[in-house]
Amino acid sequence: MSVINNCIKKLEDNAAIIDANEVPYQQLNMLLRKLSVNGIRTVEIYNVCGQRYIGTGLKAPLEIKVYGVPGNDLGAFMDGQRIFVYGNAQDGCGNTMNDGLIVVHGDVGDVAGYAMRGGKIFVKGNAGFRVGVHMKEYSDMKPIMIIGGKAGDFLGEYMAGGIILVLGLTGEEQRDEQSMKFVGVGMHGGTIYIRGEIKCKCMGKEARIEETDEYDLCLIRDLIKEFFTYFDLEISINEVIADKFVKIVPVSTRPYGRLYG
Amino acid sequence: MRTYLLPEYIVERDDLKCTRCKICIEQCTYGVHYYNAAKNIIESRSERCVNCLRCVLFCPVNAITVRRNLNAYRENYHWTYEFIASIKRQAELGSALLSGMGCDRPYLTFWDKLLLNACQVTNPPIDPIREPIEIRTYLGRKPKILEFKTGDGDIELETKIAPDLCAETPILFAAMSYGAVNLNVHEALARAAVECGTYFNCGEGGLHPNLYKYSEHIIVQVASGRFGVDLKYLNAGAAIEIKIGQGAKPGIGGHLPGEKVSKDIAAVRMIPAGTDALSPAPHHDIYSIEDLRQLIYALKEATEYTKPVAVKIAAVHNSAAIASGIARAGADIIVLDGVRGATGAAPKIIRDNVGIPIELAIASVDQRLREEGIRNEVSLIASGGIRNSADVVKAIALGADAVYIGTAALIAMGCTLCQRCYTGKCSWGIATTDPEISKRLNPEDAYKRVVNLVRAWNIEIKEMLGAMGMDSIESLRGNREQLRGVGLTDRELKILGVKMAGE
Repeated sequence: MSVINNCIKKLEDNAAIIDANEVPYQQLNMLLRKLSVNGIRTVEIYNVCGQRYIGTGLKAPLEIKVYGVPGNDLGAFMDGQRIFVYGNAQDGCGNTMNDGLIVVHGDVGDVAGYAMRGGKIFVKGNAGFRVGVHMKEYSDMKPIMIIGGKAGDFLGEYMAGGIILVLGLTGEEQRDEQSMKFVGVGMHGGTIYIRGEIKCKCMGKEARIEETDEYDLCLIRDLIKEFFTYFDLEISINEVIADKFVKIVPVSTRPYGRLYG
Repeated sequence: MRTYLLPEYIVERDDLKCTRCKICIEQCTYGVHYYNAAKNIIESRSERCVNCLRCVLFCPVNAITVRRNLNAYRENYHWTYEFIASIKRQAELGSALLSGMGCDRPYLTFWDKLLLNACQVTNPPIDPIREPIEIRTYLGRKPKILEFKTGDGDIELETKIAPDLCAETPILFAAMSYGAVNLNVHEALARAAVECGTYFNCGEGGLHPNLYKYSEHIIVQVASGRFGVDLKYLNAGAAIEIKIGQGAKPGIGGHLPGEKVSKDIAAVRMIPAGTDALSPAPHHDIYSIEDLRQLIYALKEATEYTKPVAVKIAAVHNSAAIASGIARAGADIIVLDGVRGATGAAPKIIRDNVGIPIELAIASVDQRLREEGIRNEVSLIASGGIRNSADVVKAIALGADAVYIGTAALIAMGCTLCQRCYTGKCSWGIATTDPEISKRLNPEDAYKRVVNLVRAWNIEIKEMLGAMGMDSIESLRGNREQLRGVGLTDRELKILGVKMAGE
């Protein structure tokens, strides 16, 4: 426990500051769990360098500010906590997340939001491959993920619910067909919105493009407004909202309907 | 299109016995029987019959006989009835054929080529009636050495034991998801697990709120679809099992068709009702042993290192190397599911042609882990087609710590292996989620039958252990000296690590 306690740099009222330099992830996460059940509500962690599972297994509300690069599975199985990352996040960010908020002031790696069923993920920069794979919605839970930059191939693969919005603010690459292939492959629920154009060639065969309607545009506007509250961006909000959006929906909720007899 | 398929079974009714009570009509979920009012007789559409025997067993006057159709295709050694019928069916449907339960092809069942030892003269057998025989089984990581503290005449264990499962029998209930089977089946198995002091694996479809009260005896499963997986679910179970694959369909994902995803099932799986519930073939966050380690430790973090984590794989060609990787990835239990492992639905071609027999897989995995000096770091559960207590004893002698039974538990409840689980019409109320048909499976009755089965097998296991002169199942684990092979080649004997009978 002494190693753990040594890394607490400040502890007052309901806030704590931690220096995570060379602290193994098991100890860092144990400390977060201990702090949260003891009434700490905000934690700032400095010198984070690859520690995995930050935010996993917490049973009390907590707001975590991460300075540095958190490791894989940031916020896996998370249930209502809030994480702000001032840097990039790695793979599996928000894996099977139930509820809560992850805001990344950088890029995220592959499979961000895998099987996510609630909560929100906001990424200022780009996202890797298979982002939003098997995202699902249920009852009044509807996960939302907004990528400020571009996303890799297989975006929304096997998607069963929720909303993914890709803004493509980091350049024009997102509009290049080479940059995003097989969008929505295996998709059978949920909606993907992409700012700009998408060529049909890039689509998974289980997904199709649909015209946006007033409801979609209203929703997109609200999501973009929320996105802008977290990040300082060079582009103006109105400029983004005014742009064209592509809506991608599943062809069917039963993609395997006629495969077997 | 006119069908060229022959009825597989013929339903015969002794009209002299038949009282026109119409119970057969009510009981048949496949629409075989109907009442012909004009003639005042009950007639049958034999082509719909799956030989589930529901009507036969429920006919109060034993008037019904179901027999194989004697009009068979002109089959020969190469072109058997099954291959001809499958082609005709596919020519009409244009789709991959589904099937239920496990592989029924005539591959060698090695259990039937292995015989057990017994004591004669030079070492005394033990009578289980008058001497205790221990079959309690601990599953999980075991320490390499035990260290003790002594002082004041007391001896205390100093080594910290990793979280494990303590089963009062080496028989556990295999994963069957809510959706593949209904809540009555889950309840019967959960209650049986509590009563037998063992564990029931709830499968990948989540855990119904009514069953959380049995959670000390439930292993919760996490598969690629992550259905119903949240912190509450993970922390409810006595252990967590990561499902990588299953013996009935190695390398194939699962999908519960939308029509089976009712409101209740959707709620427990936490998905919208009426959509296909897809479990992709891979976990998309696991493409390597290192990635598997990441999920194992994500689950350990989520449960604060209080529960053992199991990893279930289908037995395939390189299981031994994979198992070594799983052990090194931090799993506490490895589950091997052999080619006979059953399913609620799998493409028949996969079920019948992919995977390897569990006997060979257990022997080679146990051997490999021993050679690498890491056998103590994981427990092994053998799964897939365990038919009786002798199979259990042989599996343990080959190197397993325990076995999972799925099919055997369902047969105890009423299943007749008609293999139509995928239709969702199971006339015994097991592999169906139809609320009306599900009522046929009374959890009170089913639970008693399963408890009786385990009780019976426990007695037999003790008898066999006693005959071998052992008072503990620990003495049998990986003790292949107690096995002898008959009718096996030298190479088969070598892989099994077993001597020929007579040696």
